[in-house]
Amino acid sequence: MEPRPKLLSLLTGLSVLLFLATLAVVFLYAPLEARMNYVQKVFYIHISTAWVGMLGFLAAAAAGVAFLATKNLKWDIVEVAAVEISLVFFFIAIVTGSIWAKPSWGTWWTWDARLTTAAILEMIYLAYLLLRQGIEDPERRARFGAVYTLIGGLSVPVTFLSIRLWQTIHPAIIGTASAQAQGGFAMAPTMLQTMFFALFTFSVIFVTLLWHRVRLGRLAEKVEQRKLQEFK
Amino acid sequence: MIAYDISIQYMIAGYGTALGVLALYLVSLLLRWRRLKRDLQTLEELQSK
Repeated sequence: MEPRPKLLSLLTGLSVLLFLATLAVVFLYAPLEARMNYVQKVFYIHISTAWVGMLGFLAAAAAGVAFLATKNLKWDIVEVAAVEISLVFFFIAIVTGSIWAKPSWGTWWTWDARLTTAAILEMIYLAYLLLRQGIEDPERRARFGAVYTLIGGLSVPVTFLSIRLWQTIHPAIIGTASAQAQGGFAMAPTMLQTMFFALFTFSVIFVTLLWHRVRLGRLAEKVEQRKLQEFK
Repeated sequence: MIAYDISIQYMIAGYGTALGVLALYLVSLLLRWRRLKRDLQTLEELQSK
């Protein structure tokens, strides 16, 4: 395996620094929301991880298209990496949303349109990882994955737009929320700046993790090939 | 309005969960990388024999 590229090392360092800077901005720069107090600060992590999760699922769909067009297995490695990382981030978004919901809505969970579509989205991609493991032939596995992520990708805009398509208690931070929305708050300019900084930071962290995970996938592929050579 | 002490508890729970899950994922990446490196080394030794 080739040594770690310098750019990846730089990106890793930058990700750590940006993450620490984001925490500093969230706790030292962003103002305290008058009604929700400290729990509102969970919002910055919640929205950033949800953003990165959805971005990754769409990136997986794009990698699926690239595989179908080129039949190059490297796109399958990118696709799995994007799905795995997005699952982690989207899981954090769901859990932090639930933690935020308890003091705001008085319940950890409700089968509201946004929460339901988010849970379905997470399960679609969890099933993707499980189903892949049942296919041994790498070509077939990659083809299955590509088609699956392409169809699964349709659930991303549905989840994103659910607060605008249906009556929901989930607040919309930007744009018009449903009339039933609860737990929303007016965004002060400094809150907006903090949110965009957090979104940028998590996007950089996503790219860094994706690169690391793709390298791991390539190493796994190499080990698999060696095993086949050895035990032929 | 949510009381300060309750609000802080939920905030800690939120950040604790997020950081904990991220840390677990990073450890899993590291462990998988190490295991694969070890496997590759073993296979290379077997092939050189």
